[in-house]
Amino acid sequence: MNIQDIRKQFPILDQEVNGKPLVYLDSSATSQKPLQVIEAIEKYYREINSNVHRGVHTLGTRATDAYEGAREKVRKFINAKSTQEVIFTRGTTTSLNTVAASYAAANVKEGDEIVITYMEHHSNIIPWQQVARRTGAQLKYIPLQADGTISLDDARATITANTKVVSVMQVSNVLGVINPVKEIAEIAHQNGAVMVVDAAQSAPHMKIDVQDLDCDFLAFSGHKMCGPTGIGVLYGKKQLLEKMEPIEFGGEMIDFVELYESTWKELPWKFEGGTPIIAGAIGLGAAIDFLTEIGLDNIAEHEHRLAAYALEKMAAVEGMTIYGPLDAAKRAGLVTFNLTDVHPHDVATVLDAEGIAVRAGHHCAQPLMRWLKATATARASFYLYNSEDDIDKLVEGLVKTKEYFSDVF
Amino acid sequence: MSSNLDALYRRVIMDHYKKPRNRGVLEDGSHTINMNNPTCGDRIQLSLKVEDGIVVDAKQEGEGCSISMSSASMMTQAIKGKKVEDALVLSKVFSDMMQGKEIGEDLDLGDIEALQGVSKFPARIKCATLAWKAMEKGLKEEEHE
Repeated sequence: MNIQDIRKQFPILDQEVNGKPLVYLDSSATSQKPLQVIEAIEKYYREINSNVHRGVHTLGTRATDAYEGAREKVRKFINAKSTQEVIFTRGTTTSLNTVAASYAAANVKEGDEIVITYMEHHSNIIPWQQVARRTGAQLKYIPLQADGTISLDDARATITANTKVVSVMQVSNVLGVINPVKEIAEIAHQNGAVMVVDAAQSAPHMKIDVQDLDCDFLAFSGHKMCGPTGIGVLYGKKQLLEKMEPIEFGGEMIDFVELYESTWKELPWKFEGGTPIIAGAIGLGAAIDFLTEIGLDNIAEHEHRLAAYALEKMAAVEGMTIYGPLDAAKRAGLVTFNLTDVHPHDVATVLDAEGIAVRAGHHCAQPLMRWLKATATARASFYLYNSEDDIDKLVEGLVKTKEYFSDVF
Repeated sequence: MSSNLDALYRRVIMDHYKKPRNRGVLEDGSHTINMNNPTCGDRIQLSLKVEDGIVVDAKQEGEGCSISMSSASMMTQAIKGKKVEDALVLSKVFSDMMQGKEIGEDLDLGDIEALQGVSKFPARIKCATLAWKAMEKGLKEEEHE
């Protein structure tokens, strides 16, 4: 993997911010897009833009082929059995909400349990809170170990015969930990529950095989994996999706419409009401081509090396608190941290003046922030276009931040 | 470090951050306002004591960055002893200042003037305005009573 060659594919990285070369360390929020993706979207609008699944005309057929071709790319990317199991959505949030509003609303009753973890993103908490409120089911949390990891013993103790849904993120957007979702899925199934995997932070960075994980549903977003915003995926096992009701009704998703009754199209289209996100899906398809060509295993290894390097260099900065396990083997490519006596917003502002983009705030994980006893944290996240050089600049920036604020304290 | 940053982190701001004025909760306050900035987690609790149309006391506490905390400290300092209507005028002046508008030279803003640099950092304006929004909310309640 040649980082210099990869960087050439990302025109946005070649610019100065506040008079300094941009160091983009916020890919967990959204990744940058390679030329290949930008050009695929442009080509769609320049050459084949047309509505899908309806026109008899040639452009309509080309657009349909491109849209459905992207679905096949996604199928292969996650090793689903069939494209009928791949639904295009607006993103991870919509995917998880679809499972909650359709599957859970029909299958969860009073006295049942929904199990999530303390580290979940708000988008994997609130849909379940809503299901619990409406149905009278109980929402339960698998606790965290001191280093922020999940123990399977805790998962076994939390998931019971009353549990109907277990929903866990594969990689934490704050702690960076990689969760044992395959093992948790097994525990869920032993108890008769379905397993939902939030793959928003894992799909961009590691190989995913839904058949190997044996998860029932899996959700991820295009924009975190070099694709455009506004496109995401919901994978679901066919036998479950077939029994589920759509949550959006209108054009595109119907079979016959009578005056008082209608029937739905077959999978996956019954879940894609309205004109679909055609350009988004094509852009995501191009992103999958791009990532697959480089190789997900190579990307994972590269980020792993960066995380280990960052942990070592950052831990050496005086007054540094790093959240999550310090063992790089348990981690994906991001490091969440705080500097003593400097609020993360101030850290992010000082780094920004150096051209370095990091995230500061609660990272859409307020329950986890409370568990960490932090109101806010700063986060540096890495992707295939980052290098050790970026981390050196970050560490330099952090030392400067420390010095800048130490005049005050 | 860059002069740009020095324009943001003025010494007087850091002084308020390090030694916040009017920190705490008023036991006998007439208004308590809780506000937070949901996008970043900053939080303020402001208590005000208003008597005969005058803000006789104000205290603040909360969690947040140097800009939000120093702004809260300066705000309480500025409104203490002021008429409710004058405090609300000051809030409008502060809002204008955050939008980079020219402020009349005859206005003596005291320490608050140091926050002028925030207007050049759009991502941080919300930090500076949190305490002022809490104050406006409290005093508008007062006006309607």
